Amino acid sequence: MNNVLHVENVTMQFGGVVAVNNLSLDIPEHQIVALIGPNGAGKTTAFNCITGVYQPTSGLVQFMGKPMVRSHPTGKMKKMYKGANGELYKDQSAISPTPDKITQLGIARTFQNIRLWKSMTVFENVLIAKHMRAKQNVLSAIFRGNAKEEKRMREETMALLEEQGLDKYKDELATSLPYGLQRRLEIARALATEPKLLLLDEPAAGMNPQETQELAEFIKQIREEYDLTIFLIEHHMDLVMKISDYIYVIDFGSKIAEGVPEEVQNNQRVIDAYLGVAEDDE
Amino acid sequence: MTTLNKKSKTGRYIAILCLLLVYVLAYLMDNVLPATSFTLMLVPVLKKGAIYSLLCVSMNLLNGFTGLFSLGQAGFMLIGGYTYAALTIPAAQHDAVYQYFDGGAIKFSIPEILSGFLGNSLGTILGVIITLIIAGLFAAIFAALIGFPVLRLKSDYLAIATLGFAEIIRAFFQWEGLGVITNGSNLLRKYTSFADIELTIGGTTIELGTLFLFVIVTLCIAVIVLLINSSYGRALKSIRDDEVAAEAMGINLFKHKMISFIISSFFAGVGGALLAMFQTTIQASAFKSAMTYEILLMVVIGGIGSVSGSCIASFLYIACSEWWLRFLDSGSLFGLVNVPFFRDGFRKVVFSVVIMIIVLFFSKGIMGDKEISFKGIGGLINRIKNKKKKAVTAAANAGSEEGEAK
Repeated sequence: MNNVLHVENVTMQFGGVVAVNNLSLDIPEHQIVALIGPNGAGKTTAFNCITGVYQPTSGLVQFMGKPMVRSHPTGKMKKMYKGANGELYKDQSAISPTPDKITQLGIARTFQNIRLWKSMTVFENVLIAKHMRAKQNVLSAIFRGNAKEEKRMREETMALLEEQGLDKYKDELATSLPYGLQRRLEIARALATEPKLLLLDEPAAGMNPQETQELAEFIKQIREEYDLTIFLIEHHMDLVMKISDYIYVIDFGSKIAEGVPEEVQNNQRVIDAYLGVAEDDE
Repeated sequence: MTTLNKKSKTGRYIAILCLLLVYVLAYLMDNVLPATSFTLMLVPVLKKGAIYSLLCVSMNLLNGFTGLFSLGQAGFMLIGGYTYAALTIPAAQHDAVYQYFDGGAIKFSIPEILSGFLGNSLGTILGVIITLIIAGLFAAIFAALIGFPVLRLKSDYLAIATLGFAEIIRAFFQWEGLGVITNGSNLLRKYTSFADIELTIGGTTIELGTLFLFVIVTLCIAVIVLLINSSYGRALKSIRDDEVAAEAMGINLFKHKMISFIISSFFAGVGGALLAMFQTTIQASAFKSAMTYEILLMVVIGGIGSVSGSCIASFLYIACSEWWLRFLDSGSLFGLVNVPFFRDGFRKVVFSVVIMIIVLFFSKGIMGDKEISFKGIGGLINRIKNKKKKAVTAAANAGSEEGEAK
């Protein structure tokens, strides 16, 4: 099976704090992979390194077999570097694309705290995500030389909204939707960019058990419908254990365990990280 | 679907009708309207209001729709105005205008060259249009150059940097070393103005200056509106709403900000050139940052993110500052009662207070981020029509039922 995403020795250091340390993981095609860990473990930072929000201090990220992000400590970081494997990519040129380039390659994401465009309707929110794949230029867009393409974009958006059951809200402001639907809209918006890999940052945050249940079904369903690979961060263990094919666990920026759900559930280090270790002082 | 089509069609007819009405009025203003003390105030106010509408809408594109707080408007207007003026001074006037710089470096005038081929009136009109475009392009090129370093900054820093650039441009244009083109710190004058735009047919001359101005302004605003409603316009709005999300959805921030900056500056340049035409003389020292603030104020009063609001506000603002509030400087109320504090400058005091009230209590401005849409008006008219129809048919039905009952 091919790996869609291959993360190798990624370290992200902010000043003296190592947020992600020497993280390596593989995400095989068409699987649902979860990244879990206690609060502040560095999960979102890892996501941000993959999506181009941060340039990792050191490390390599490959997407579809091609290097997408590559970095090594430079400048002041050379001396301050505290992570492992700092010398690894020293002789290779650094690659640090901006988030939009990475989205163009085929990685879409959602955010932990929902980031929909507030002043716009549900329909427009999805329509704008289609902008990236359009072939028009400014002049053709202004003078309506792109009428065909615009029509196609609108039809595709409508179709996508119908598939996601959001079509009846299409003219409402995105922020006026109930919380669960906002989450769903954010996923729909990410799907509109036609991704191969979908990154979900705590998709079940703030959902009740009923909604979480529905979300699990929904994630499985979109994987089939859009032929996606899914990488998610989540706190709800029920959800993670139910839908993940493979799980990575990190704590204090470092990977402490990996495996299929059953393995991870019974891993002593994972239990310690989540519940705390009893310290024997006596 | 049919109702939707009908709605937009009615809207379109109304829009075209309104536009034609404005054009006819503009034509009448030049040719029929008698010169009374009232019209002598009205016409210039409307002209200046139209020019400021364009300037406001172009600033709104940047500040209201893209969320870039830029204060470089006066600089780009200056570039546009000077480009226009320098390229349209008749060759015979060069010695008089550039009297300290040996007649200047530019020895031609675009309207004059074209007049040689197309005849006087047509040549002038076409020449002015071409020069206006060149003026806009110059401003746009400058914006592109400035944009590279400046657009990487955010919010307040962007404002400071653009403000600084505008001031540098002003100082640069006043520099003696550039005097052969800009005439140093002296005025540029005698270039083609609205008064020169006329059509002579069979001995009778029709003045077209005001009509020309309104056509150019409406065309420019139409282009900006088309941009705002296009896919790119939506992308710009998404950047305003949430940059991080926009970038994550594949929108190249720098490219789109640059597009907005360049297009806004292009129209600021055209607006500056129109202002130069209106004033008939142009001097760099007038394009201070106060001018930018004035335009920013109109944008805020009209509503940030509303094109129609910007237009309404600029007409209102210009009318107040040039006309309706003039009496505050005159020393008396309606020429009857002497009011001791109605002196020079009191107008500005009142103006500042009004502005403070607006900003404090009506911070959304006149229109907020809504638009007056002809589609909406068309829809309204259709609804009223339908109601009438329904009422008529209902009455008819009732009548027939009554008949049946009998």
